[in-house]
Amino acid sequence: MPARRPLSNEARAAAIFLAPGLLVIGLFFLVPIAASLFLSLTDFDIYALGDLGNARFVGLRNFTRLATDPLLWISLRNTFYFVLVGGPLTLGIALAAALVLHSKLVRWKGVFRTVFFAPYVTTLVAVAIVFRYLYHPRFGGLNRFLGFFGVAPIDWLGDPHWAMPAIIILAVWKNFGYAMILFIAGLQAIPESLYEAARLDGAGAGQVFRKITLPMLAPTFLFLGIMTTIGYFQFFAEPYVMTGGGGPLNATLSTGLLMYKHGFRWWNMGYAAAIAVVLFLVILAFTVIQFRIEKRRSA
Amino acid sequence: MKRPVATILLHVGLVVGSAAALAPLVWMISASVMPTGEANTFPPRFLPSSPTLVHYRELFTRLDLGRAFGSSLLVASAITLVSLLLNSMAGYAFAKLRFPGRNRLFGGLLTAMIIPTPIAMLPLFLLLRSLGLVNSYAGVVLPAAATILGVFLVRQFALGIPDDLIQSARLDGAGELTIYRKIVLPLLRPVLTTLGIVTFLATWNDFIWPLIVLTDERRYTLPVALASLVGEHALDTELMMAGSVLTVMPVLLLFLVLQRQYIEGIMLGGVKE
Repeated sequence: MPARRPLSNEARAAAIFLAPGLLVIGLFFLVPIAASLFLSLTDFDIYALGDLGNARFVGLRNFTRLATDPLLWISLRNTFYFVLVGGPLTLGIALAAALVLHSKLVRWKGVFRTVFFAPYVTTLVAVAIVFRYLYHPRFGGLNRFLGFFGVAPIDWLGDPHWAMPAIIILAVWKNFGYAMILFIAGLQAIPESLYEAARLDGAGAGQVFRKITLPMLAPTFLFLGIMTTIGYFQFFAEPYVMTGGGGPLNATLSTGLLMYKHGFRWWNMGYAAAIAVVLFLVILAFTVIQFRIEKRRSA
Repeated sequence: MKRPVATILLHVGLVVGSAAALAPLVWMISASVMPTGEANTFPPRFLPSSPTLVHYRELFTRLDLGRAFGSSLLVASAITLVSLLLNSMAGYAFAKLRFPGRNRLFGGLLTAMIIPTPIAMLPLFLLLRSLGLVNSYAGVVLPAAATILGVFLVRQFALGIPDDLIQSARLDGAGELTIYRKIVLPLLRPVLTTLGIVTFLATWNDFIWPLIVLTDERRYTLPVALASLVGEHALDTELMMAGSVLTVMPVLLLFLVLQRQYIEGIMLGGVKE
């Protein structure tokens, strides 16, 4: 029988240092993730909450039910709307702000940077409530402001066509500062010599932007693209607070919110876990796609 | 001045953008000191006719939001302190202590980092329920007591600690715990400061997990209390704005004071390996 090599002092110390952190991460994050997959294959509901014996293994039934659940499809459509419109809008505005703040012509850069970044550190629930009032069709500041330009009052949160744009405006307002900061860092990392060389070759401003600035920012784009999609796919608090939980007519019902309602309001935890798995797979697919695009581009 | 027209246009754009970024926050503060009903007049007012603190008084007396403020402070401080301790210990071990399987274990953690948290929420709730931790502060703090991102950031920083420093302390007969406390922790201070600020702000603002775990309104954190308040008092615009100010101002002020460290912190998170 081979003798087991005794652990070195260092390894024993490592075990002690790692134990608390890994225990927390394992027990409260990794185990629940695995359990989620299992839970999605059961009919765990409020009766099982009282007595575990009431939960049964049902195979893929939750998923076949989901496939024909109109609310899931509505929520997915809303979530994609939010991610695919809100994400690029956030990054586009962030990039524009970063380019302006990076320009040599601009003064008081620090002040503007702080101002643009401030919304990012605010509490989402609180500012969602603020926007809820700003969106009021009659007493809200936004319609008042638009009125100066002759825009007729919009029922932002009451009209199914406008509710999602309203939530997207809030998300862009709150989040673009974060992306802006990372874009500024990315811009500062581009060596000045590249620009000079391009200028000597007679490249115009548009060409320099397309051929140097954008490619050099590709890693930043990849990181922000992935972070923003992962974050936006989970949007939840905005409809929870602003539209009474996904209204009007489910126009702002997100998949995260649907999961929350099934899981923690109606205690259909098996079904909710299946929704969580679907959302997870969608997010995973988007992450992989973005990695692929970046790989093909840089290849 | 070079290119005066472009310069002026850029600054006009920046001022307009700043107004858009700040207007909601300024209006929030302004409406919070308006007399009752004034935020619901037509045409809408931007500034109060005669400022009053009556809504703040109501928040702290009848609605007892001071308690929610205390809950938020308690939860955010506890998570910040505990997670700094656990993350720094684990991050240091991954960076500087040799043990079998280190790289594989660390790589595994990094892969798990991209998994979004909501997928863990349902079983996590059931687990905490079986531990009797639902509706307790521990139920909010424990799951956040260590994070993969935190471990990762500490590790990256700790890689820069010279091995000689640790080795010579060992030769002097210092125990591993002493080395961590006396040598490693002081050297990790910059990364722990930035990580601490980012963690505090993020947990102060956190909504969904406290909403799920804290079922008793006497334990609500500010965001949860606010979301529940808006259900009953949606028409009290000025009152709700006072509540929003109470929730937003602490983190906004903290950010303004510690801006440099905070921005460093979020940039750390944005550095790819």
